[in-house]
Amino acid sequence: MLGGPAPAWADEETPAEPPRVELVLDVSGSMRARDIDGRSRISVAQQAFNEVVDALPEETQLGIRVLGATYKGKDKKVGCQDTQQIVPVGQVDRTQAKAAVATLRPTGFTPVGLALRSAAQDLGTGATARRIVLITDGEDTCAPPDPCEVARELAAQGTKLVVDTLGLAPDEKVRRQLLCIANATGGTYTAAQSADELTGRIKQLVDRARDTYTAAPAVVGGSARCPDAPLLAPGVYTDREQFSEHRWYRVPVRPGQELRASVSIALDRPVNPDYGVLLRATAPDGRELVRGVDAGSGRTDVVSAGLRWSAAADSDDADEGETPSPAPGDSGATPTTVCLVVSNALAPRPGTRATPGMPIELTVDVVASSPAPGGPDLGRGWVLLMLLTLAGLLTGLVAGLLTRWWVATWREN
Amino acid sequence: MRTPLIRSGAALAATAALTLPTAAALVLTTAPALAGPPPPATREELAAPTPSPGAATVTKAGTSFLTATGIAAGQPVRVGASTGDHLYWSFPARAGQIHEITGTVSFPKGRTGASTWTVEVFDGLRRRQACTAGAQAPTATASATSVALGCTLRQVRSWAEPWSADPLPGTYYVRLSVVDLPEPDLGLPIDVDLLVSDVGDGDAPADDGELKAPLVPNTKAGTVLTGEPAAAPAEEEDDESFLTGWLPEVSSRWIWTTAGGVLAAVAGVVGFALTRRPRRP
Repeated sequence: MLGGPAPAWADEETPAEPPRVELVLDVSGSMRARDIDGRSRISVAQQAFNEVVDALPEETQLGIRVLGATYKGKDKKVGCQDTQQIVPVGQVDRTQAKAAVATLRPTGFTPVGLALRSAAQDLGTGATARRIVLITDGEDTCAPPDPCEVARELAAQGTKLVVDTLGLAPDEKVRRQLLCIANATGGTYTAAQSADELTGRIKQLVDRARDTYTAAPAVVGGSARCPDAPLLAPGVYTDREQFSEHRWYRVPVRPGQELRASVSIALDRPVNPDYGVLLRATAPDGRELVRGVDAGSGRTDVVSAGLRWSAAADSDDADEGETPSPAPGDSGATPTTVCLVVSNALAPRPGTRATPGMPIELTVDVVASSPAPGGPDLGRGWVLLMLLTLAGLLTGLVAGLLTRWWVATWREN
Repeated sequence: MRTPLIRSGAALAATAALTLPTAAALVLTTAPALAGPPPPATREELAAPTPSPGAATVTKAGTSFLTATGIAAGQPVRVGASTGDHLYWSFPARAGQIHEITGTVSFPKGRTGASTWTVEVFDGLRRRQACTAGAQAPTATASATSVALGCTLRQVRSWAEPWSADPLPGTYYVRLSVVDLPEPDLGLPIDVDLLVSDVGDGDAPADDGELKAPLVPNTKAGTVLTGEPAAAPAEEEDDESFLTGWLPEVSSRWIWTTAGGVLAAVAGVVGFALTRRPRRP
């Protein structure tokens, strides 16, 4: 009775495919610099990779891609094509992987954009999220393509792809670029300034790839009006929304059911510091049923809002003139279509690109509604006990006095 | 809710010095029914203002609502992260509980300027939850080596109108992040300690209603329906018996009211006895 439908946390199924992650290592000439604990950047990275490969969880499929590792020449055109996958994504052969890493020598250019694009191809498409860990010490020397644009484009392609970045050099341009890549894909940025930090962070990211890869949300395209909006079943969806755009979706809700929806819009590009998101549920005729809203200011990753709406509560209103409780099985089971509209109050900074839109994550659930409780029929608390006791005492006293009076009268007669 | 019920039942029984078979039976029958949403099997049900003894330390954090790391009240979290990360955890809450979140962010390395940190709490529908107490967004000066954060939530209600944003049983999300800082400090290592504890005094919530399904988000990938769903087949009359229709729900009110009735009866007898004239010698 009290349990209701089984809560979702009971049946969190593991996706069918293993977690997949690719390490992308910059082996450009600048990795020769000996500025991490007196060792060269490349040797620190090699040591970190060895430790990560040793500690790799059994089920994780790991690949390693390098950039700038082979071309020694000066021709930028050739140097900017220089990226190879030295360990294919799959079950890792530890000895082979370590041997491949050990032979790396700092050499060429830094084609980060191309390497990201190739890494996304290496990981393939599938139902779960993929993770790329990018380790670099220098700014991309091959733009265009601008690596940040590449990251945004890859993130918008449908496969859930997260790029975590690690910067080996305390350089402002590198930091800006890596932050941009991380923000565009919902990843993280770390400035690694020691061998321990680098190893620990890569291990953490590889573990995270295993712990947090979930079934990626279904991709849906909301429409500009309610009547032709996609009809959604309960679940998680992802879409893209531009500045000042409205996106409509529809959800069928039967009487006696409750609609629950939430939306998160990711701030994946520089926006003005004050922002908001609005999620509204409306009836098909445009009447607003309920809204969820949130706003904020300052640095954040997503801004979210949610709402609940219960169909039964509205039935009097919807079929006016009829009996307040429709006969079960008759009109009672006809679902109401609720329109959901997501809008945002985000403003681009000068120079921020508007397309593709910002990622939104929409969760929809339809559960049994929880009717409003009636007034309590029973009581609770010490005051109640005192009151009842007092009432009992008074009743006893009155009854006793009456009995005395009655007995006295009866005796007299 | 089990504990308060048993406690109030025990208190009643002790105070009134009554051994009510009905009350005892009620306690026995209601306790499992009122236990609320079944907690995940792996999470321990612990409630203490300090880390529960024996609770395993969580060393992970998620980076989004969907990937939030599940923790339980009383389970300490200690995780290394980078400045600028948005760290997510989720914990289950039941009606009547009051949760207090305390956290510390320590900075092993020097920073270039002051930074403002924040701990935010969202319910299962990602609706922002208010903090009733605690330093939710403290600022750490450039020389500080750590900063303490805190947030005490409202008591979780057992029922609320769909239009309200009151805290309800289900999943809660905690997000820890830095909201304002000099840009060069991004990416620097930090250590985060966090503890979610249930500080409620175990009092049952004042509401009578009950949420049929806890606010636990559906995390499965959705499916777009192709056509309007037809009217569902007539819903079978649920197996609720006739009695459940008008009898109030099983709750501690039954015990209180029954005890009150018994006390009233005893007091009535006492009152009656008081009016009797002392027996003639």
